[in-house]
Amino acid sequence: MKITSLMLASSLVMVSIIFSYSQKLKLEKDIIVGVLRAIIQLIVVGYILNWIFGIKSPIFTTMLILVMLFNASLNSAKRGRNIEGTLWISYVAIGAGTFITILILVLAGTISYSAYQIIPVSGMVISNAMVAIGLCYRQLTSDFKNKYMEVETKLALGADILPSSIEIIRDSIRTGMQPTIDSMKTLGVVALPGMMTGLILAGTSPVEAIKYQIMVTFMLLSCTSIASFLACYLSYSRFFNNRKQLIK
Amino acid sequence: MNILYLEKVSYQRENKTILKNVNLTVNESDFIIVTGPSGSGKSTLLKLLNNLISPTKGRIVYRGKSMEEYNPVELRQNISLCFQTPYLFGRTVFENMVFPFNIRRKNIDKSMIHSLLKNLDLKEEILHKDIKNLSGGEKQRVSLARTLLFKPDILLLDEITSALDEENTLKVENIITKLNNEGVTIIWVTHNKEQAERLGTRRIHIAGGTVSEVKA
Ligand SMILES: Nc1ncnc2c1ncn2[C@@H]1O[C@H](COP(=O)(O)OP(=O)(O)O)[C@@H](O)[C@H]1O
Ligand SMILES: [Mg+2]
Repeated sequence: MKITSLMLASSLVMVSIIFSYSQKLKLEKDIIVGVLRAIIQLIVVGYILNWIFGIKSPIFTTMLILVMLFNASLNSAKRGRNIEGTLWISYVAIGAGTFITILILVLAGTISYSAYQIIPVSGMVISNAMVAIGLCYRQLTSDFKNKYMEVETKLALGADILPSSIEIIRDSIRTGMQPTIDSMKTLGVVALPGMMTGLILAGTSPVEAIKYQIMVTFMLLSCTSIASFLACYLSYSRFFNNRKQLIK
Repeated sequence: MNILYLEKVSYQRENKTILKNVNLTVNESDFIIVTGPSGSGKSTLLKLLNNLISPTKGRIVYRGKSMEEYNPVELRQNISLCFQTPYLFGRTVFENMVFPFNIRRKNIDKSMIHSLLKNLDLKEEILHKDIKNLSGGEKQRVSLARTLLFKPDILLLDEITSALDEENTLKVENIITKLNNEGVTIIWVTHNKEQAERLGTRRIHIAGGTVSEVKA
């Protein structure tokens, strides 16, 4: 692709800025900052990846994944600001989701543990898990606030905090997984996913591209469910104090 | 012998003192009626006794040990609270009635459930009714039945007959009086003047954050 074509394509950004301005959405600053960050981050990442793919060390690849995990955890922790300890909870949740998913993919032989396959795949897995647990935290927080009567009723009946929160935990796990499940249902019908579009644009045949897409679908499902499950089960107790009282 | 006492208990919330320096001794098998204007802290007192909240000052001693030394789950099973606003969870009445068994890992005692419902003038079919289709009075009785499935040491009742007609109110009063005769200590908050006069061996009044004994 020519750089000049890409520059011309940036007029697409103007469309959303004009829209935001005319509709008084006050998103102009956010859009500009977002676009600039996306461009700068991607340029930096592009060069770094170019360099990393040159280094064929699995240790280096692993370290890079750990750094990606940390960044993702920081981001999710922001979503769960009101919940104590979300940084390490996020790290464990995303980490376990990523580890198990990648392990299965590698064992199944769908990808190999080489930088140019592992890093982009981990990136997708990690970022999806990050979004999923961000949704989980938000749902937990709002459920514990809106359904406090249910929780207190169960506590008063002499239930421990887990049976008192189980409906909220389930609801939150569902919320974390829902976007992945929804997008699975519309895959290929409503939209061709970004990765598949990318492969096709780059010249891969659609029949080849769908194989990758199916793999991606499986792996996103696995990592978002593992991460949502762990994030909810590790964080629900933060809504209670040591006397098993709901913190309000 | 006292079963429970409050020692200089205060409860504050968002800089507002709801209960102030409360001292109260409850003896075994007491039947205490609690009255007081709305917003005076009656429900707050019951929540403190059920350990759903803890005093911001002072302490509550239950059977010789400070409440904070007990496992809160066991404590709440021994000192049961039936809320002012009946909250039913899940989909059916049945789910609500089996919950107390499940959390104790006990087998579900169907005959116990049926006899409780019958004593509260509820038909057996109500078990499979959707909780959304219950009247206020039915909800209140189901919520009480759910609390009474296991006999507690102390029973805390928060305006549990507010949505009931006179006939059912008397039925509930009989059930509670019977429990009291069997040795269960009762602390019952009520707004109903006649009820307060009909029942109880002691009466306390809460106003302005303080608790005072009403002499008969
Ligand atoms: N969760 C809460 N948050 C803030 N204020 C509360 C809360 N619960 C009770 N209060 C306040 O505490 C006071 C006592 O409430 P409550 O114990 O429910 O009174 P009563 O049962 O006597 O009507 C009231 O002024 C009420 O506004
Ligand atoms: Mg009240």
